[in-house]
Amino acid sequence: MGGGCGGDSSEDVAVVELGDEPHVLAVDDNLIDRKLVEKLLKNSSCKVTTAENAPRALDYLGLGNDTLEGTVSKVNLIITDYCMPGMTGYELLKKIKESSVLKEVPVVIMSSENIPTRISECLEEGAKMFMLKPLKQSDVKQLKWHLMECRN
Amino acid sequence: MEVVQIQRRLVDYTKSLFMEGFLDGQFLQLQQLQDESNPDFVVEVVSLFFDDSEKLLNELTIALDQPNVDFKKVDGHVHQLKGSSSSIGAQRVKNACIAFRSFCEGQNIEGCLACLQQVKQEYYLVKNKLETLFRLEQQIVASGGSIPMIEMGF
Repeated sequence: MGGGCGGDSSEDVAVVELGDEPHVLAVDDNLIDRKLVEKLLKNSSCKVTTAENAPRALDYLGLGNDTLEGTVSKVNLIITDYCMPGMTGYELLKKIKESSVLKEVPVVIMSSENIPTRISECLEEGAKMFMLKPLKQSDVKQLKWHLMECRN
Repeated sequence: MEVVQIQRRLVDYTKSLFMEGFLDGQFLQLQQLQDESNPDFVVEVVSLFFDDSEKLLNELTIALDQPNVDFKKVDGHVHQLKGSSSSIGAQRVKNACIAFRSFCEGQNIEGCLACLQQVKQEYYLVKNKLETLFRLEQQIVASGGSIPMIEMGF
């Protein structure tokens, strides 16, 4: 599993106050995986929103073509599958990092395939972590710890 | 039958599913995620898996029946099925999907057809096993007992 806590955290979007539930946006085109990641995160006291593809995720984040004024939601972490039809998790990551509003939000990439070039590509683009599927509870616990640590 | 006997049967049955490779540690992860706030979590996720898999198996049958097989499309479906089966711990289905993908890559229609049969077989086997497992759980709960947690030495 790749790791790497990059750069400086601005105080804007990524800050999680102690005692607050982190709000996580989970993106995955597989229904079963969405349900699993949602439960894993909820069991770790996270508030969870799921999206079934990258365009929907971008919409939710306020970067989409169909975003309505005033409906932008703040998230503390984005966890996305790599392999998705249309826009991949990597492309989603790039869009988030290009956004002045959202670039400080940590992004975690998940994949069922352990491909070193894929991992380094994602980390170089600014992903906080790369996680291998299927996710386990210990993975999510580590992720949460990492998220809280990176905040400091 | 007494609750204790059904509980014993459930434990033995579940262990056999692991021993025979139908299920792997990921299934235990699912069971551990279940709690009072979501007491039917495992059944819900597995039911989603059944629905999703049957759709995918249908799509695969149709896709491989075309005069010009779109191997990318076929691979896409197998990738989905491999993912879901892996996520719920259906090990033999997952392994059958892995083999299937290499035939897709090789654009080998015969190999793909054989793999589809294999995946279907493994799917229906594990479906049957899981339904039996859930039935045993239901019997225990209906008799006022609690579901024993399986401890495996993983």
